[in-house]
Amino acid sequence: MQKEACEHVPPRSPVLTVKNVSYWYGDKRALDDVSFDVYPGKVTALLGPNGAGKTTLFSLITRLFDAPEGRIEICGRAATEWGAKALGPLGVVFQQPTLDLDLTVKQNLRYFAALRGLRRKEADERMIAALKALDMAERIGERVRSLNGGHRRRVEIARSLLHSPQLLLLDEPTIGLDDPTRRAIVRHVHELARRDNIGVLWATHLFDEVQPDDDLLVISRGTIVARGVAKEVVAETGAKDLGGAFTLLIGGETEQDVAA
Amino acid sequence: MMHYMRAFNGIVWRELLRFLQQRERFLAALVRPLIWLIIFAAGFRAALGISIIPPYQTYITYDVYITPGLLAMIQLFNGMQSSLAMVYDREMGSMRVLLTTPLPRWFLLLSRLFAGVLVSLFQVYAFLLVAWFFGVELPLWGYVAALPALILTGMMFGSLGMLLSSTIKQLENFAGIMNFVIFPMFFASSALYPLWKMREGSLWLYYISFYNPFTWAVELIRFAFYLEVNWQALAVVSGCTVLFLALSVWAYDPSFGIQQRKIGTAPVTG
Repeated sequence: MQKEACEHVPPRSPVLTVKNVSYWYGDKRALDDVSFDVYPGKVTALLGPNGAGKTTLFSLITRLFDAPEGRIEICGRAATEWGAKALGPLGVVFQQPTLDLDLTVKQNLRYFAALRGLRRKEADERMIAALKALDMAERIGERVRSLNGGHRRRVEIARSLLHSPQLLLLDEPTIGLDDPTRRAIVRHVHELARRDNIGVLWATHLFDEVQPDDDLLVISRGTIVARGVAKEVVAETGAKDLGGAFTLLIGGETEQDVAA
Repeated sequence: MMHYMRAFNGIVWRELLRFLQQRERFLAALVRPLIWLIIFAAGFRAALGISIIPPYQTYITYDVYITPGLLAMIQLFNGMQSSLAMVYDREMGSMRVLLTTPLPRWFLLLSRLFAGVLVSLFQVYAFLLVAWFFGVELPLWGYVAALPALILTGMMFGSLGMLLSSTIKQLENFAGIMNFVIFPMFFASSALYPLWKMREGSLWLYYISFYNPFTWAVELIRFAFYLEVNWQALAVVSGCTVLFLALSVWAYDPSFGIQQRKIGTAPVTG
């Protein structure tokens, strides 16, 4: 059903458009005139240090609250005008864990599937497929509380894919995970984007999660300071790698928050 | 329409699962009013005489008198418990899953409210069964007739809890709310003594109780058990339900509500 939500979008059009969005917490500016697009089949990395505004941006895109300035379009339609349906094409993994610890993996996924309007049989089939892809199928009957952080993250990613989203929003999904698990998740999401033509917005502060061909947005203090294909952004700065480019772009103020 | 139904079922199913896993909550919900019924009512039975007042057509024992108040107390506690669960879900993050569902927020909140009411009805009827064994016998058809009243009062307390959950910033603040909401609402009402009796003792307490929505929830339930409708109670409870619910929906609305302060400020790390 979510597929239908984006059917009217011409091919190669952005699945997400953020136009001139600004946001304040009281008198503290969290986002300043942020604009960018996310395209189907592409991973767009949103790279920035802690406190740069990534989570605020995700909260606005997912309509936890609305931006007083600017416009957010999902599949070409303004989210505020489209209402709750704007959330249909979205799969989201929040930075903060969102699984119910007292329910099993299966119960958590079934709950989400019900919220997305999936039939029980269809939900169970998709759940198995999504968990298998993330090597979690055998843990389906376990309580989430008994899973480690990496496994919980995998369940959250599986959950975000249950309804075949057109736009996948990942807010630092690998935070706290070991390197092999992180790499597996990065690889899996890139494969998904290519195979299923999903647009992915991946917020991170880890350079090695950004692939050379990814679209890259560098955000610092609520402002986009660089954009383009990752390898081209690096080349334009003259740095030898993304870490060096990032330090140059944000003026070296907060590079200690960003890790390789 | 199927999407709405499946989402509603999912929300109710999750609430029931959580409730069944929290046996202590169920036990507490039963023990609390039973203590009032067995100990408090036994003591007051001798001290306090209840004259014949509507809806009663004959003299009744004190434990029969306070039963509707105890039912309302169960529902009030349950409403606050749901409110606590919403604050917990918000802090633990699982509220985001609900709020990013592509259905109108009022529907999601209403579904959650119904789920809470259903849980409260399980508690209420379990209490009535236990109370029956202790000799509290209400008119047989009253057990059925009271159901719509209990649904409405459950919704009023649930929506009050929902409204409170939107204003409570942290889980730790909840104990204060419990003290400031539950106990004054319960004691300053007609749950334990009839309003006319209160008027004899203290005029200001009478007025507080008269304007307390809890009083009218108790009266609505009391009359319903005797197959009567207390229209004043029905109007107050319905009005309060609509008001609390509208304010909750407003508070959780992404454009106008106050929810953004809480969702927005807590986890802004990236």
